[in-house]
Amino acid sequence: MQGLEKSFKQLKVLRGVDIDVARGSIFALLGSNGAGKTTVVKILSTLLKADTGTARVNGFDVVTQAADVRESISLTGQFAAVDEILSGRENLVLVARLRHLEDPGTIADDLLRRFSLTEAGSRRVATYSGGMRRRLDIAMSLIGSPPVVFLDEPTTGLDPEARLEVWQAVKELAQGGTTVLLTTQYLDEAEQLADRIAILHEGRIIVNGTLDELKQLLPPAEVEYVEKQPTLEDVFLTLVGARTDSARTDGEQR
Amino acid sequence: MNKHFLGDTTVLTGRSLRHIARSPDTIITTAIMPIAFMLLFVYVFGGAIQTGSDKYVNYLLPGILLITIASGISYTAFRLFLDLQGGIFERFQSMPIARSSVLWAHVLTSLVANLISLVVVVLVALLMGFRSGAGVLGWLAVAGILVLFTLALTWIAVIPGLTAKSVDGASAFAYPLIFLPFISSAFVPTDTMPGPVRAFAEHQPVTSIVNAVRDLFTQQPVDSDIWTALAWCVGILVVAYLFANVSYRRKIS
Ligand SMILES: Nc1ncnc2c1ncn2[C@@H]1O[C@H](COP(=O)(O)OP(=O)(O)O)[C@@H](O)[C@H]1O
Ligand SMILES: [Mg+2]
Repeated sequence: MQGLEKSFKQLKVLRGVDIDVARGSIFALLGSNGAGKTTVVKILSTLLKADTGTARVNGFDVVTQAADVRESISLTGQFAAVDEILSGRENLVLVARLRHLEDPGTIADDLLRRFSLTEAGSRRVATYSGGMRRRLDIAMSLIGSPPVVFLDEPTTGLDPEARLEVWQAVKELAQGGTTVLLTTQYLDEAEQLADRIAILHEGRIIVNGTLDELKQLLPPAEVEYVEKQPTLEDVFLTLVGARTDSARTDGEQR
Repeated sequence: MNKHFLGDTTVLTGRSLRHIARSPDTIITTAIMPIAFMLLFVYVFGGAIQTGSDKYVNYLLPGILLITIASGISYTAFRLFLDLQGGIFERFQSMPIARSSVLWAHVLTSLVANLISLVVVVLVALLMGFRSGAGVLGWLAVAGILVLFTLALTWIAVIPGLTAKSVDGASAFAYPLIFLPFISSAFVPTDTMPGPVRAFAEHQPVTSIVNAVRDLFTQQPVDSDIWTALAWCVGILVVAYLFANVSYRRKIS
């Protein structure tokens, strides 16, 4: 994407954003709240039009070849876009039908298994926890195996366990050759997942590189010896215990 | 037209019909107010209203049916609004589907839901003594007018559904439509109304539609009312459809 600019009324949200994402890689767009991450994702997924600049996804222009772009992508928006009244399985079948795929039922069952939602599959989504909803949301985005996946703040608002599950799913996606553009406000998330990281700040990309390249921007760290303390996350995960399928789904039936 | 239009519309209509099947209360709520009006007017005011019909419920039913539709379509705006709020609308828009299917699915669902409510109201009217000698053709003609009227009001409802900022805003537009039949020939003949009110009543769409439906039910010749009624329905339908599509295009680009 090149020279993207977008304003809402007087508010200049994007002032010239250039990014290239290599096929089959995970790219993290890092930025604080209100930086314009969602705006970038919406432009790339043909939901918004940029004021100036061009963007191509999977080789297709987002404005003149919007239909081809939509064939190539899937979007997991910032807020889980699931149908609350339908069951988890019905949500998956719905998306499979809309993607005009054969045998939507089998596709749905496979994804329910993959995302540990088999038991909850026949329940209405309104009864799901936040983590389950997010997993379903991501599962819906994987239907039809689009070559490019946008994940807009996929772990915001999730508990640490659900977060790790989402990370796992993202890693598997990239291993399968899917290109992932992920936005996040969390440094550790970008660090964990991304092949390349760009920081969006005040409407521009201020840095763009691999984690190592980004680290070299800072003066070399002095070597210090510190006793490794368990992080709160380690403690939490140890206390909560084994994350088996049944424990997870039962624990989340709130 | 997109090659997936029919398939996608079918799938999405199936989805919204499932919503209705899982909250049948929307059908009941739609039917309750018109039924309450019908009870009130037939059993409380009806004795004092001179209409020239043998039974007041026979006179009243056409107007009640229009009120049913007007209250039913507010749910269409409501459901559309919820889709936009919940993000599922954006998911659909980012998928390779025929884009107009999203609206058509809501419109067809509205039609089905309203027809069910209308059947409920007619059944209650039959219990209250409503009788019509109209044959199959007469009933089909009535159904045709009501379908057209439903489509016209549904496309109006799509506009606030797409543009409203709050749930209340999405459904409040229906109130004037629900009360329009009160200033028409739906409840009382227009000739006792004072001049300006009468002029309004006789020239607004509800009166011609009510009169046409009433003539069909009582097997009177329908004369010019039916053409006026059809012209209103088609006119409103076309204008509302155009405006709804402008709002839609603005929303998705
Ligand atoms: N539809 C809109 N109308 C007006 N302002 C908007 C709209 N969408 C986003 N904004 C503004 O644009 C800025 C960037 O928003 P967003 O892209 O959602 O940021 P992020 O996803 O990084 O938190 C924010 O200040 C937000 O208030
Ligand atoms: Mg955002």
